[in-house]
Amino acid sequence: MEVVVCVKRVPATAGKITLTEDEVDTKFLSFAVSPHEECAVEEAVRLVEAHGGSSTVLTLGPAEAADQLRDALAMGIGEAVLLETDGTEWDAVATARAISDAVSARREQGRGLDLLLFGNESADTGDFQVGVRVAHALDLPCVTGVKALQIADGRAVAKRQVGSGWEVFEVDLPAVLTIKEGINLPRYPSVPGRLRAKKKEIERIVPERRPAGPERLRLHLPPEQERGVQILGTGPEAAPKVVEILREIGVMAQ
Amino acid sequence: MILVFVEHEAGVPLATSLESLTLGRRLSKVMGLPLHASVAGDGARGVAGALGAYGASAVHAVEDPRIADYAPTAWARALAQVAEAGDARVALAAATDRGSEVMAHVAAIAGLPLAASCVAVAAGDPFVVTRQRFGGSLLEDARIDAGLKLLTVAPYAVPPEEVEPAVEPEIRTVAPDLMEGDLRVRLTGREAADDGRVSLSDARVVVGGGRGVGSADGFRSLEELAGLLGGAVGVSRAVTSLGWRPHAEQVGQTGARIAPDLYIACGISGAIQHMVGCKGAKRILAINTDAEAPIMAKADYAVVGDLRGVLAAVIEEIRRLGSS
Amino acid sequence: MSAPPKEANVVVIGAGIVGNCMAYQLALHGWKDIVLLDKGPLPNPGGSTGHASNFIFLVDHSKEMTDFTLDSVRQYEELGVFTRSGGIEVARTTERVQELKRRLASSRSWGIESELLSPDQVKELVPYVAADVILGGFHTPGVGVVDSLRAGTLMREKAQELGALTVVAGTEIVGIDVDGGHARGVRTREGDIRAETVVIACGIWSPRIARMAGASIPLTPAVHQMISVGPVPLFATTVGEIEYPIVRDMDTNMYERQHGGDLEVGSYAHRPILLDPDEIPSIEEAALSPTELPFTQEDFDLQMEQALELVPDILGDERVGIRYAINGLLSLTPDGAPILGETPEVKGLWSAAAIWIKEAPGIARTVAEWMTDGTPEIDPHGSDIARFYDHQRTAAHVRSRSAEGFNKTYGIVHPMEQWSSNRDVRLSPFNARERELGAVFFEAAGWERPYWYGSNEELLGEFGERVMPRDGEWESRWWSPVINAEHLAMRDHAGLVDLSAFTIFDVTGPGAPAFLQRVAVAQMDVPVGRVVYTSLLNAAGGIRADLTIMRLRPDAFRVVTGGHSGMVDRKWLIDHLPADGSAQLHDATSAWCTVGVWGPRARDVVGSVTDDDVSNEGFPFATCRPVTLGTVRALASRISYVGELGWEIYAPIEQGARLWDLLWEAGRPHGLVPVGIGAYAVTGRLEKSYRAHGNELDLEHDLVEAGMARPSVKDEDFVGRDAYLKQRSQEPIRRLCTLTVDDPTSSTGVKRYMMGREPIITGDGAPVLDAKGRRSYVTSAGSGPSLGAHLLMSYLPSEIATPGRKLAVEYFGERYPVTVAVAGSTPVFDPENARMKG
Repeated sequence: MEVVVCVKRVPATAGKITLTEDEVDTKFLSFAVSPHEECAVEEAVRLVEAHGGSSTVLTLGPAEAADQLRDALAMGIGEAVLLETDGTEWDAVATARAISDAVSARREQGRGLDLLLFGNESADTGDFQVGVRVAHALDLPCVTGVKALQIADGRAVAKRQVGSGWEVFEVDLPAVLTIKEGINLPRYPSVPGRLRAKKKEIERIVPERRPAGPERLRLHLPPEQERGVQILGTGPEAAPKVVEILREIGVMAQ
Repeated sequence: MILVFVEHEAGVPLATSLESLTLGRRLSKVMGLPLHASVAGDGARGVAGALGAYGASAVHAVEDPRIADYAPTAWARALAQVAEAGDARVALAAATDRGSEVMAHVAAIAGLPLAASCVAVAAGDPFVVTRQRFGGSLLEDARIDAGLKLLTVAPYAVPPEEVEPAVEPEIRTVAPDLMEGDLRVRLTGREAADDGRVSLSDARVVVGGGRGVGSADGFRSLEELAGLLGGAVGVSRAVTSLGWRPHAEQVGQTGARIAPDLYIACGISGAIQHMVGCKGAKRILAINTDAEAPIMAKADYAVVGDLRGVLAAVIEEIRRLGSS
Repeated sequence: MSAPPKEANVVVIGAGIVGNCMAYQLALHGWKDIVLLDKGPLPNPGGSTGHASNFIFLVDHSKEMTDFTLDSVRQYEELGVFTRSGGIEVARTTERVQELKRRLASSRSWGIESELLSPDQVKELVPYVAADVILGGFHTPGVGVVDSLRAGTLMREKAQELGALTVVAGTEIVGIDVDGGHARGVRTREGDIRAETVVIACGIWSPRIARMAGASIPLTPAVHQMISVGPVPLFATTVGEIEYPIVRDMDTNMYERQHGGDLEVGSYAHRPILLDPDEIPSIEEAALSPTELPFTQEDFDLQMEQALELVPDILGDERVGIRYAINGLLSLTPDGAPILGETPEVKGLWSAAAIWIKEAPGIARTVAEWMTDGTPEIDPHGSDIARFYDHQRTAAHVRSRSAEGFNKTYGIVHPMEQWSSNRDVRLSPFNARERELGAVFFEAAGWERPYWYGSNEELLGEFGERVMPRDGEWESRWWSPVINAEHLAMRDHAGLVDLSAFTIFDVTGPGAPAFLQRVAVAQMDVPVGRVVYTSLLNAAGGIRADLTIMRLRPDAFRVVTGGHSGMVDRKWLIDHLPADGSAQLHDATSAWCTVGVWGPRARDVVGSVTDDDVSNEGFPFATCRPVTLGTVRALASRISYVGELGWEIYAPIEQGARLWDLLWEAGRPHGLVPVGIGAYAVTGRLEKSYRAHGNELDLEHDLVEAGMARPSVKDEDFVGRDAYLKQRSQEPIRRLCTLTVDDPTSSTGVKRYMMGREPIITGDGAPVLDAKGRRSYVTSAGSGPSLGAHLLMSYLPSEIATPGRKLAVEYFGERYPVTVAVAGSTPVFDPENARMKG
């Protein structure tokens, strides 16, 4: 089983986003990959643990994105590829092209490919499309929003969650899957994992940027919304209100 | 034309699709182009009537027995062919799982850019969309220069508006020209939700307990509530430190991170380290004696009062409704 | 929680552990209408308390810090939030093994139970430690962890139960009102509060808040990296927060401690990462909290490898993940001590900053006592905010010294160790000459002072073994036998000492005599030209200062005090100036340089360059007067800290070099040598049994115990008089003694010399305790070259404070016999003071 998992370095925003003139102010922020991608990395590690083979993490981003590759290596991914940019933002079309070129090149070099994993969408730009575009470029089947996965006999059974149930898709390998958080609980890297990751070589490729749009004009913050708390009541008298809310949200068993 | 991909469930259009249709109609007005809808899947034809109320002058019903159930690439192929045949200027869908997926395939097939999760469109020259980043905590203005502009519409950004009077849409049957590869991904089955024990990461409801629960014994009622709601129990670090519950149940920075539909925070103050573990929760209900605890500012719903009393009453109420 | 009231007696800003402790202690001390404010939510407003590792090690080489810590543990235990786990400091190097012996000695001096362990004994207590990478451990069973957030909550609740406290959270301070040099209130986003007393307990934000009032709190936010790994299989069955002793891996500057199912690994080994106080993110901007910044992995890589060596069973386990990693912010100060007390700039504005969890309750009690009646039980002089000179408040100084100090957090720090950053700040006019003479400079209050002179190495041959050469590596650091050679040469001929680091105040005006009479223990109604050596007391009779005062004119006095205590003394004096403005204090430190000329030939030297009468009759002891030396008009004062005939000579600073050259040339025929501070402040002083402020003299001791009570008490009232009279009416429980080391030879045949702070024990190793249970320890130690013995000072229980009494001192794990030479202030050398007064 040869698995390639693609991730994206994004600022880990938790509090209020602040902007510099034309960018997210990352002065106080760390960088990470989205939770979906973290799960995709975990899935790749588990697949190789279960089926043997090798895993590769790939990203397109600035030199600093090597940190995110090392995070994945620390979780147990075997190799890392950095499609190094100068830090300029790449649109989804250009990103997908660079990734599919890189994956094609690997296949031409005789590297196998069974699964190409993405997060369902990136945490920052939320384009919902890079995985699909890469699948088309490589002429591979693609299932998005995968929250459960079984691999057997060269086929993938991928499930996505709808409402209270599941939709099931079956595809032949190789395939592209975009993963959703919840498919697994990603491991935290261990100390030996961290130390191994530090020592690993990262393959660097400098792709050519060919922007296709949409073209970013400016960033701005949405008008602030007060998230007011609704007080349901005081003491046991609030119980009927609580249950009403439980029904409204749809978490009551009946 | 302006082409809107409409999703439906057994012939009833989804509310999110009606939002997209409403945005589509605004664009059709500004751009002076007809508004069409495209519908695929079993019962597509039956949706048409409902779309007239939102100004769709034509509904393209994709009818092909091979893709009567969901087949993202094939549905996208059909949509792309409708757009091409009708010389669509804008094609849009709701930014739902399917809408996003189908539009991504359309964009890949057509080799065009796609603006995802738009909340507003200024259909002038240039054609500028406002779209969400970081799940909506940041907005981006972006221009699209393609002849066919592709976009998805963020849910709840455009309230659906009916037209007066409703139009009678013309129904056009579409028999798509599918390629072999388009059929590789098809919905092949459906499963109901699994039974059995619910893990913290899967639970739709997590009943969380903090120091305010008071003792290891106090967790019985939390377990009972979680059982009734098919959920799981989570705890704060203080609770594991006190030895009341196993470390495996810890939610927070150093424990599990959860994303349930509802997090019921019982006697939890709302320390940052705990909150980062449950920030994925869609809704938070806090039950706390202190109306000024930080959890109250982070919750959607709150009950002020002694935990034991409130929980007992809620459990009783659920049982009463269940047995009636 | 509630909206801010319009008025309060005291506003405590910051509801971290320090603010909570302050509010509680003020309430216990009878304060009412206390307001505790924080911009963040409770119980964790987002400061350093929220991410602290919360453990408490007891033993510090500083008595002050140890006392704060012991008092804190007592308070935490009372609140039921302290969990005793024990703590072990492990050694990987032989040098550290020696340091652990020193720590054992300190623990004995301060009365803390502890023991040295073999590697196997360490492993028995902490099974996950690799015994093969360590050489031993220092175990303190009383070490533990505290739930600091819970402690804060309980303290707030108790203060509220006393009806004394209003808590206002989520309210940010935007200003502090100051009028007439006094705090008048605080401004918040939710309204203003009038208050005459304001306490800044804002941790890393303290500099920003102080600046609002025009005051300075010289600390810097700095990063301390910490990771938490788990779930640790070994901890799965443990109950509660901690069962295994905390391990401090001293040689790698790291710690490892159980925290529930996790192991926390923290480091002080990475490069110093300092922030500007203005760069701290707001609560909204911060991903976790304002004091938990994104982890920078590359700074921690080496530490991870080192931690893996020590704790391979846990950290090497692939199933154990790094679940939490932060660059946590904490406060660093340029000298490593907290910053406590009323700011010198603004009356009524108090600082309680740069305080760790382990010492917060004890410090809060001390500050509350200080605020209430000015008489804290534990003397906070090492932490007094007034200690800083202007240059020490600059950002450049704070940053450079804090960075230098950071990696010494677990370091083996020699008591004489010198800073390497930001030196050459204050140079005396003699500096160029001193450099030519090969001076080795030590710093005092920014001044560069020669500790000894390389040029005097030639004296070593002359004195031979009398210089008491040192073979022990530890005590020969930051030391030279030349110090003792200079001492002997001065006693034989004469020495020239640079004393420009003195802090000098001119007190003038019609109210000056009454003012000084009011603060000094000694009679200040003395003739013009008299030099008075006196103590200043606080109301409880604790010793606040120790200095000399010269009466220059009927209404003009010159106060001379040491560089170390200069700024603290300055605030004390200014605080007691008469309200009517009839006396003024002017800091003249930068106007005058000082050189001392002492020794049997001092009169010959000075006499050869002046026409003024310097005979004993013409210029008696304890007098001062203007003298003309060549073209230099100077003030000469006939006193001595080394017990020799001679003068302190004060000259305008720009004429200092001329004065030096004049004395140097005149002195050479008389055998004058340059003498460093090593001989002046240690050997010369100890032979004369002179007490030093900060060593023997502090608020915790009184003049009777120190043997400094004068035959009579002046009639005029002065601060501390009542307490002093009471002290005199009782037999002291302990008395300050000078002891000689009988035989400094160790078991391996090396002569070892104590440095100070060692425990005094009985001949069979039992601790020496006074009637109040206080242990005896060495307050000062140094060579007595003229006596041929190593000298120690120590407060001993009165019943054994008798000359000839045999005791012992513990040093690096060995016991050395000592004998009480003198009880009280009689000098061991020249007890009649014949040399000085001749």
